[in-house]
Amino acid sequence: MKCVVIGGNVKVLGKAVHALSRIGDELYVEPTENGLSLRAVNSSRSAYACFLFAPLFFQLYEAGGPDAHGELFRCKVLMKTFLAIFRSLPSLEKTVSKCLISLNPRASRLVVQLHYKYGVTKTHNLSFQECELLQAIFDKQLCTSTLCASARVLVDAVVHFPVTLAEVTLGVGPSGKVSLRNYVDEETEPSKTMVTELCLSEDEFQDVRVPQETQVTFCLKEFRGLLSFAESSNLPLSIHFDTPGRPAVFSLEDPLLEVHLVLATLADSNASSQAQTANGACHKCAADEDFAVDDLESYMIAMETTTGEEGAEPPLSPTFPVRCPSPATALEAERSTLASDKDEDEDGAVPGTPPQKKFRSLFFGSVLTQSQARAHPTPSQEVLAEDSEGEC
Amino acid sequence: MRFRAKILDVACLNHFTRVINTIAKLAKTCTLRLTPGKLYFILTDKVANGGVSMWCELSQGNFFDEFQMEGVAAEHNEIYLELMPENLSRALKTAQNAKTVKIKLTNKHCPCLTVAVELPSLASSSRIVTHDIPVAVIPRRLWNDFKEPSVPDFDVSIYLPVLKTMKSVVERMKNLSNSIVIEANLNGEMNLKIETDLVSVTTHFKDLGNPPWVLDGDSQNSTQDRDPETMAEARVDIKKLQQLLAGQQVNPTKALCNIVSKRIVHFILLHEDVYLQYFIPALA
Repeated sequence: MKCVVIGGNVKVLGKAVHALSRIGDELYVEPTENGLSLRAVNSSRSAYACFLFAPLFFQLYEAGGPDAHGELFRCKVLMKTFLAIFRSLPSLEKTVSKCLISLNPRASRLVVQLHYKYGVTKTHNLSFQECELLQAIFDKQLCTSTLCASARVLVDAVVHFPVTLAEVTLGVGPSGKVSLRNYVDEETEPSKTMVTELCLSEDEFQDVRVPQETQVTFCLKEFRGLLSFAESSNLPLSIHFDTPGRPAVFSLEDPLLEVHLVLATLADSNASSQAQTANGACHKCAADEDFAVDDLESYMIAMETTTGEEGAEPPLSPTFPVRCPSPATALEAERSTLASDKDEDEDGAVPGTPPQKKFRSLFFGSVLTQSQARAHPTPSQEVLAEDSEGEC
Repeated sequence: MRFRAKILDVACLNHFTRVINTIAKLAKTCTLRLTPGKLYFILTDKVANGGVSMWCELSQGNFFDEFQMEGVAAEHNEIYLELMPENLSRALKTAQNAKTVKIKLTNKHCPCLTVAVELPSLASSSRIVTHDIPVAVIPRRLWNDFKEPSVPDFDVSIYLPVLKTMKSVVERMKNLSNSIVIEANLNGEMNLKIETDLVSVTTHFKDLGNPPWVLDGDSQNSTQDRDPETMAEARVDIKKLQQLLAGQQVNPTKALCNIVSKRIVHFILLHEDVYLQYFIPALA
């Protein structure tokens, strides 16, 4: 893969990396025929973002030839090292005229070259790891509710919340009034916490399609990251969401780029009544993708992980420790998630996933294809830690 | 018990915000006393807050366009609330271009001071942000704990140098020592001193002037027959002093301090209608 970014687009790329760095510690670089895709997922898999830069975004874009299995070569790099290259956006904008990124599987280096004014060239050779496809399973079309607003409106709205605030609740009332409120979990005493609520009228939005009153709670940090990207690129932001517990999808679309941020939402303690609809939607989506979702539907963003050879060798992703729950534990896990808001159950968490403190009432599982599930006996899939490959 | 107030004017709002920010820097929790004419922010000298105490007084007429209150009873027309000034400061921080700011006492999930901010928006209707700040209503039997502190029987009273200068001096000294000696005499001289095993640093200020205290009885006797050259000194926690100086967002028109030798330092900062007193006890 080889691509060249010039002029103002270097800053756009940099901004995207900044937004992604709020999400995960690793950046997935995946060249496709439709453009270059940069992705990230957080450790508890409650947040996933994908930036797809169309070939037109680049001055030059070559996806590279497919390998023996017909797949393009992709990799992941440490977010820290990649971010370091684009650390200072203002100076990037002022001094860099061209950025060249090339990925050559044989050279085993991801090369990022920045061409500065006055003929200075900085070359970064990043070591990378080969990786599986990182793809969250979501379908915006299945979300019942949609909001669309200019980034500015939303930036002005979230500014009222403290930077340290973890989660925010987005609610839509009967008259189309949209409200944002800081989420106060049950552990904190109400008499100790200030509650901030902001109301936006329908006419501040470009589009409000919400069939019924609903509210969802999601993490603010990742959302802020996307907002700052959206604000600088001046694109309207669409929010697609469903019942509490179902992932919310935030997206930006432009001929040159397409951005999706998928955030898990908190399952409401009184969500059991709504579980029915959530189930239905999820099963439909799972069937479409021909994936077995281990029935923890509403508490995770389903992830698709594929290896090149379907169901053959077991190098299942080290980054996606896959677990095949025995029926008993699955049942138990399900039961515990239903009461998720009350007991912060961490036993049920995926092995290898560090407990996420802020969003601990969420529960995440992983997904694997049925063929893979059949091919591998349970123990071999219990990857608890990454293989200790030398990272850069 | 009822309370509602409204600010329309941007300048008043800015001024009020600065006062609140100053208070938020000085106290984690404090008492807000409301009377028909004035607002008071009070911090009593509990051991928990290191023995410091604060008394800040502002008249409502200078800030609010509307101010209605109704205390527990006609003869006790006052309200005492305990709150975290940081919350109020946060609520006002994003209200700087507001059309109106309303503050009222509400009873939501708990007693709250609700700050409702009306912001301009792109749409026809304006955007409303509400902040519910939890408060505790202080019962009347405890009101006596929040009396205005009397001016102590000081040894020396002196005007302070420009607070910014003093702040930068104290901030540098803070890296070297945990306590600072404030000493002053009736000749308009003040010294800030730190002494450690390794280093002694003194910053001298002169020609500061001593405020003429109107005599009201015997409290001034001690200063009158005092040798103008003799220093009165008190050693205080340097962090407490630094907090006071760093938190100053209201540029006081008059700043002075009264030193009771080896016991307490009493600061008075005056800015038009805002009157702030701050007491730092001397270390043993």
